[in-house]
Amino acid sequence: MAYYQESMERASRDEMTALQSERLVNQVKHVYENVAPYRAKMREKGLEPGDIRGLEDLYKLPFLTKNDLRDEYPYGYLAVPLSECVRIQSTSGTTGKRVVAFYTQHDIDLWDECCARSIVAVGGTNEDVVHVSYGYGLFTGGPGLNGGSHKVGSLTLPMSSGNTERQIQFMTDLGSTILCCTPSYAAFLAEAIHDAGLIDQISLKAGIFGAEAWSEEMRREIEKNMRIKAYDIYGLTETSGPGVSFECAEQTGMHVNEDHFFPEIIDPDTLEVLPEGSKGELVFTSLTKQAFPLLRYRTRDVCVLTRKECSCGRTLIKMAKPMGRTDDMLIIRGVNVFPSQIETVLLNQGYPANYLIILDRVSHTDSFEVQVEMTEEMFSDEVRFIEKKEAELLASLRAMLGISPKVTLVAPRSIARSEGKAVRVVDKRKI
Amino acid sequence: MLIDQISIFAENKPGTLAEITAMLAEASIDIEAFTIADTSEFGILRLIVDAPKKALAVLKLGGWVATLTPVIAVKMDDQPGSLSKILKMFAEAGVSIEYLYAFVAREAGYAYVIFRVEDAPKAVAILEASGVVTAASLA
Repeated sequence: MAYYQESMERASRDEMTALQSERLVNQVKHVYENVAPYRAKMREKGLEPGDIRGLEDLYKLPFLTKNDLRDEYPYGYLAVPLSECVRIQSTSGTTGKRVVAFYTQHDIDLWDECCARSIVAVGGTNEDVVHVSYGYGLFTGGPGLNGGSHKVGSLTLPMSSGNTERQIQFMTDLGSTILCCTPSYAAFLAEAIHDAGLIDQISLKAGIFGAEAWSEEMRREIEKNMRIKAYDIYGLTETSGPGVSFECAEQTGMHVNEDHFFPEIIDPDTLEVLPEGSKGELVFTSLTKQAFPLLRYRTRDVCVLTRKECSCGRTLIKMAKPMGRTDDMLIIRGVNVFPSQIETVLLNQGYPANYLIILDRVSHTDSFEVQVEMTEEMFSDEVRFIEKKEAELLASLRAMLGISPKVTLVAPRSIARSEGKAVRVVDKRKI
Repeated sequence: MLIDQISIFAENKPGTLAEITAMLAEASIDIEAFTIADTSEFGILRLIVDAPKKALAVLKLGGWVATLTPVIAVKMDDQPGSLSKILKMFAEAGVSIEYLYAFVAREAGYAYVIFRVEDAPKAVAILEASGVVTAASLA
């Protein structure tokens, strides 16, 4: 079993708790002194840095939400002078105003190390060729895994996303062994590799797939089609990017890099901290970041934390694959579905991201329809061509969601546009 | 000779056809032939009109998804065996037909058949080589 930073990844409970406590105390002081909006939040609760003497006092601290960050865009939560920052990354801003996260060189190094732990955990060494097909740029996926791969000493292929033909050519010509991208793109690539008849010419052994929700079915599908092991990785721009947690060979949840990101599970309504093993909203406190250190940041991801002995030897606490969101999650025939997953598939297949999900309950079963607008590019005077496109879309949706919707092609611009948050879901179910 | 057919995407819901034809009527476009390929969810309208480019512009302006499709119009004697003769020619030359539709011409004793084939130039060459006239319009 190989580890990137064994002393942290296999620390005893006492060692880890002591380290977390010490880091928390320092971090609270740093934030209180340098982040005015958070200082105001603490004062509202009558708190001073001295009141936080260790992990046992964490529950006293106020929470942060995405809205707090948006309200103070861009510099409100910056905790060091800009002259000490070397990079920004940013959220996509699809759900509103974007959040810009700042990094010092120290922050980048820690982030890269977290991603390096993930690469080593899936079997990566300096002999590997790490093929990074996450987007590069403001999105954290590309830069994160790129940095991690450098730390491990692997040959890094900064492919970025798109241009499937070129992706496959580099895979075959340079012998990529570890693929990093979104699970939906991995599924798409697998198909393209098969279509090109090149499955026997690729040397991939593992994949690190994150940045969007995916099912166990999708994992098995990718593993089978690509002949690899597929591992999950989790992170968010607000805390750093991918590498907040990562999967090991056991594939039963992701080890949280808790020496950097302290996780809690709370009840999203009462805001009470829930005991280990409970399902609730995941909250992270950044223990080591300098430039953008968020305390008790509410991720909106619904999740479970468990601390069990892991066969990989790591002692880091494990989080389950997020089971949903506290905001826009739908449960359809028992399966969690996010409108954003449907959006991802539509965009990948060249459809407009204007769609409508219609749910109803017919004889005790949920009916699930996705209406998609027809486009010039999709249209043909031949029925079979349109039906082929429709079947492809349905297959991708099934792979992404784990259940099959009914896809209906509707006239262009027939789905209502909205100035603010678009209405994406019509739920007629009476439960 | 190929002519332009207008192909339009239409949802299966009441009023769609009325809306499209009203739009064309308003633009004084004459529909010369009209057929629909339908599935359980949508239809593809196929029209031959007197001014296809203008019709396309009008439809797009109205927000419809429409394209021009090159088709072959063959004027033939309205009597047994005419269509069969042409289909046999296509079959022998390996020309694959996507769809066709037929109607009686204004001129007594004639009919038009509209062919949509995979390889249109080849099909036209075969027809012309055997002296079959492909129409430049249905007027």
